[in-house]
Amino acid sequence: MATYNTNEFKAGLKVMLDGDPASIVENEFVKPGKGQAFSRVRIRNLKNGRTIERTFKSGETIEAADVADVEMQYLYSDEQFWHFMNPESYEQMAADKNAVGDNAKWLKEQDVCIITLWNGVPLAVEPPNTVILKVVETDPGLKGDTSGGGGKPATLETGAVVRVPLFVQKGEAIKVNTRTGEYISRA
Amino acid sequence: MTTDASGDWQPTAALEVLKLRARLLERIRAFFSERSVLEVETPILSAAAVTDPMLASLATRYTGPRFPRGQAFYLHTSPEFPMKRLLAAGSGSIYQICKVFRDGEAGRLHNPEFTMLEWYRVGFDHHRLMDEVAELVMQLLAPYLSIETPERLSYREAFRRHAGLDPHTATSTDFATVAKAHKIGVPPGLLTQNDLSVWRDLLLTHVVEPMLGQGRLTFIYDYPAAQASLARIQLGDPPLAARFELYLNGVELANGFHELADADEQRTRFERQLHTSAAGGQPVVPMDERLLAALAQGLPDCAGVALGFDRLVMLAAGSRTIEDVVAFPIDRA
Repeated sequence: MATYNTNEFKAGLKVMLDGDPASIVENEFVKPGKGQAFSRVRIRNLKNGRTIERTFKSGETIEAADVADVEMQYLYSDEQFWHFMNPESYEQMAADKNAVGDNAKWLKEQDVCIITLWNGVPLAVEPPNTVILKVVETDPGLKGDTSGGGGKPATLETGAVVRVPLFVQKGEAIKVNTRTGEYISRA
Repeated sequence: MTTDASGDWQPTAALEVLKLRARLLERIRAFFSERSVLEVETPILSAAAVTDPMLASLATRYTGPRFPRGQAFYLHTSPEFPMKRLLAAGSGSIYQICKVFRDGEAGRLHNPEFTMLEWYRVGFDHHRLMDEVAELVMQLLAPYLSIETPERLSYREAFRRHAGLDPHTATSTDFATVAKAHKIGVPPGLLTQNDLSVWRDLLLTHVVEPMLGQGRLTFIYDYPAAQASLARIQLGDPPLAARFELYLNGVELANGFHELADADEQRTRFERQLHTSAAGGQPVVPMDERLLAALAQGLPDCAGVALGFDRLVMLAAGSRTIEDVVAFPIDRA
């Protein structure tokens, strides 16, 4: 079993915390001049996404988590699983609802996503920062409005609903920021 | 700070900050010169080392004339021991500005080598020395930040005020309750080890320290006897160490003692610390017999203090990390 000593702590280190894989977000060394040294870490549980604080005495160890990020191409969903393929090895992998979560609404066939694997099983799916998706449903809006002010909801081909400027019409493709869920431009 | 390896020859501190360091050093020397405190230099390398289990020494080796078979030398963690030998030899009040070294310490407020200002005042007790520390620090920082009148809090008052418990009488369960209330993720081993010193340090660093010295100098004094280090212990219930620490804006800036002068008591503390180190699997280092001989000869009644110069510069410059005030931190050394 691989372990990490507090001296090895740094942002991005993947460790086991309370039985779940977790990623260190921030590590601060604190020590009174004549006292006990501590590593005070902010750590994100990779299963539920929650960030907590935890303190270790310097020299304590923590179990390493077998977590790796790989790039995979999204293929299709069968409602129960989302299927991905490694574009180099053609190896396929299925991610379940827990791993995909809310990001399902940004997954478009052929797009390359980052899959976080824990012990070889998909733990989380991260879509590209921006995706191009087609508008399948939106009100016609006012003719002649090109300012983009105001806006209206638009349903995209993946089911996501984003606010778009009034001039965007059904059938058009738009670019969306998946981190904020905001419209960027017409594609 | 750049992460590009090709840029890491460059200093991490701005030239303006390096100029500020130089100005502050000048003014420290002027301060002591006006008071006829003598500037001294003592060796960085020592055949003996500090026995405190909370301080780890770096070591090197000399081989050559005088030591043909080679001799281990420890880089000092503070110039305290040789400075006390000078005091015992009749130097009178002295100060030193030097680099000191600590293994295992690197972070926002720590670099393994750092600059320390250490001084000893013959005939002072720790309260009188606190007055002088306040005078120096206020004088040095006045041009850069506004600081209110200094305050003094006993260790007990500081914990009562900011953590809501009495650090001298609290049990592990009491400390754990406060830690939980402050949402501290307690170190795994601590809940089973029942080590009160570690509990006190945990709450001190996580709860109390961040509240100390907000816009003013806060001196904490009367430490638990277990944390006396090289300070005298005042008998009482509980017995308290004649030790103080200075905080400003949550940063620990200085540590001082009414110095222990009893050679036998000092030897007992060294032995106890070495025993703790051995039990904890830490290296057992040679204790400083020359210091003990000097104490046996007679250390004048004095108080001494060590002040982290880099942290003082951080406060003057408004820097968040020590890397912003030293030219080349350890990863660029």
